[in-house]
Amino acid sequence: MTDSAIRLKMSHISKSFGGVEALRGVDFTLRRGEIHALVGENGAGKSTLMKIIAGVHAGFEGEMLLDGKPVHFHSARDALKHGIGMVHQELSVVPQLTVAENVYLGVQPITRLGAVDWAAMNKGAREQLQKLGLDLDPRMILGDLPIGIQQLVELSRVLFSGASIIILDEPTSALSPPEIERLFRSLRSLRDQGNSIIFISHFLEDVLAIADQITIFRNGRKVVAAPVTPEIDKAWIIQRMIGKGHEELESSYLGDITLTSPKGARTVMEAQGLSKAGAFRDVSLTVKGGEILGIYGFMGCGQIELARALFGKLRCDAGLLKLDGAPHKLSNTARAAKAGIAYVPESRRSMLFHHEPIYKNTSIAILERLSRLWLKPDAERKIARQHIESLSIKTPGTEALLGNLSGGNQQKVGVAKWLTYLPKVLILSEPTRGMDVGAKEDVVKIVRNLRDQGVGIIIFSTEPETVLSLADRIMVMRKGTVSQEFADETISKDRLLAAA
Amino acid sequence: MTSTSEARPARQSVGDWFRNQLSNIAPFLTLLFLVAFFSFASSSFMSFGNLQNILQQVSITAIIAVGLTFVILTAEIDLSVASVANATGIVVAFFTLQDASVNIANIPLAGGFAIILAIATCVALGGITAIGVTRIGIPSFIMTLAMLQICDGISAMLVRGQIAYAVPSLVGELGSGSIFGIPWLIIVAALALLIGHVVLTYTRFGRYVYMVGGNREAAEYSGVNVKLIIAAVLMISAFCSGLAGMLGVAYFGSAQQNEFGTYLLDAIAAVVVGGTSLFGGRGGIGNTIIGLFVLGVLNNGLDHINIDSFLKILIRGLILLAALIINIYAERLRVSRSASH
Repeated sequence: MTDSAIRLKMSHISKSFGGVEALRGVDFTLRRGEIHALVGENGAGKSTLMKIIAGVHAGFEGEMLLDGKPVHFHSARDALKHGIGMVHQELSVVPQLTVAENVYLGVQPITRLGAVDWAAMNKGAREQLQKLGLDLDPRMILGDLPIGIQQLVELSRVLFSGASIIILDEPTSALSPPEIERLFRSLRSLRDQGNSIIFISHFLEDVLAIADQITIFRNGRKVVAAPVTPEIDKAWIIQRMIGKGHEELESSYLGDITLTSPKGARTVMEAQGLSKAGAFRDVSLTVKGGEILGIYGFMGCGQIELARALFGKLRCDAGLLKLDGAPHKLSNTARAAKAGIAYVPESRRSMLFHHEPIYKNTSIAILERLSRLWLKPDAERKIARQHIESLSIKTPGTEALLGNLSGGNQQKVGVAKWLTYLPKVLILSEPTRGMDVGAKEDVVKIVRNLRDQGVGIIIFSTEPETVLSLADRIMVMRKGTVSQEFADETISKDRLLAAA
Repeated sequence: MTSTSEARPARQSVGDWFRNQLSNIAPFLTLLFLVAFFSFASSSFMSFGNLQNILQQVSITAIIAVGLTFVILTAEIDLSVASVANATGIVVAFFTLQDASVNIANIPLAGGFAIILAIATCVALGGITAIGVTRIGIPSFIMTLAMLQICDGISAMLVRGQIAYAVPSLVGELGSGSIFGIPWLIIVAALALLIGHVVLTYTRFGRYVYMVGGNREAAEYSGVNVKLIIAAVLMISAFCSGLAGMLGVAYFGSAQQNEFGTYLLDAIAAVVVGGTSLFGGRGGIGNTIIGLFVLGVLNNGLDHINIDSFLKILIRGLILLAALIINIYAERLRVSRSASH
């Protein structure tokens, strides 16, 4: 059975990264003149499949047919030659160049003399951007413009490149509602000209507004592919994304979870109206001693920046922070640490010293309290031994180089370095990302134990399970602002996802 | 509490240890090779007198290199060391009573004040560099290049092409005198190296220097005041340079412009040839001492063998290049090994 409308047909696609299966026997069909949405949780395999189509991942199992002919791309350039263009989630614009230069990146028009044809480039860029409803001077430096406009410029590069299959990974994450509307208008007109568009998004309203067809992924498998009809709504999608009522999933997190805030505890940290241009706006929060506040949001919703700002790593443009009721200046990390704020960032590489022994890693944050002038290496080793024992860190000893530990054990060292003297507030950014189940459970135990000792804890995560399994109170961030707060009520994963 | 995450036992084989230590071993082997070569090629090289020569010849470089080791360990660089030395040397002479024949409009002060003013000058110069790098955010490479020019300007303005000779008696004694036959200069250099080593190895500040160089972001995320540490090492470097400048003027017997010209490259070469990583976090005064000896033996040894003196300059460059290449490979071997974990 052949269907001339089928542009792309993928069958039994599998792909693994170092033993972890990202895709398991996935089928996917894309027709001419359709906008096809791809949804699924982080790590469900959407981006991996798209990167295979766009030639970014060359090695995979399975068959890929383009217009009925088997193809196998070895590079993004290869895919582009066949008319497949992709806009990745991470912006790949050059902020130092002008708008026009970015629109024509790599394909600058040249005059007969071989010089860059600036006039043609500026004129062409202006016309392209006007189709997206952007009327701006193409000679402006792109980095001076808001992120939303930068994203539109990047989109325009692929949209008008002549590609007939266009893949957009989270194209609306930085756009305002009117910008989204203009983008959708362009997408519809491209579709009506016979192009095919694949639209990956976490924002289900956007998906329902634009898509003709939807494919849902979960755990590297395709769950369902269906045309978008009026019967399909957010709840329908979320149910299939997280597999409620289905087999083999993390059952414990699927049920309802009751949040209870500790009664009578005093507030240890209070933030009012924190804002940082391009990251978050007007965020207020409080954390009590002995409470875990979970802050959930999709990648890029500003939560990483907020976490850094609370530790003084990133300067806020506006806002006030109080610790134990007294105002605290967010000027640098040394001041924050001294005031009793501890911070475990999302990347192990940026919090640990891989070429140094464990005992130097566990002592660095507390050296000031350990010694005035002279180092006390024996005391440092003793502290390291205590942490190794109490947190079950698997290592031959205090002298082992940190880089020789496994990821989960490194993460424990990253937390351990703040635990010798209990902090007032512990901020954890993505504390369980990339960990296996056992290591995750250990981290959960450590964090709960600290909560019980009266530490105020803030957890920033893009993984709903992490937030649900740990938090006593949950705030949801969406595009830089707090969209909803859940306290003293029953919550489930679908409600959490719906709020983000 | 059981963890299913696999623990990787640290296998410390002999090969691993050797690769780890290669950046320390390579400079030492280079030194042994050079000593053996010159002992073989020249009958006058291997003698006690010549050893003292070598020590004296590297002493000024050594004092500068102590400060520079601090800076390079934090993965910054100080290109102004020789110029700060020159300016400080000229300042101390400027405030000292000169012979009537010296045609400089100087301001003689009592000996102690000249020294205090000179030290204040070099510390202030280091302070300006520190502000430029940490407060304003100018990369140290550029900031200290500007400071190099500023110091050369200060030197030029003060001596206006003339030469001063007199320095305070304390400076004169330390720079050109000796005790029990041992030049004070060697003793001062040895003390500077010793203090530098103790500070880097046994104090909290020294630990911070290594950690900031090893992973600046992690240091910041651990609550270390990274800017303060970088400001401090830049000021230490300026102070060491200033000290070397004052003693150098006494050692050379004159204060004039451009007399520290070769010391910038010598000091950087000593630190880096010794195996201290330009990427920060690894190395130390021990490495710098080896580097100083490599440089000293090379400079001195080439004078003992009978080759074209113009060719010597080229040979010196080539040997330094070879030493640096060995170090980079030793470092790369180590990094690639630990990155695979």
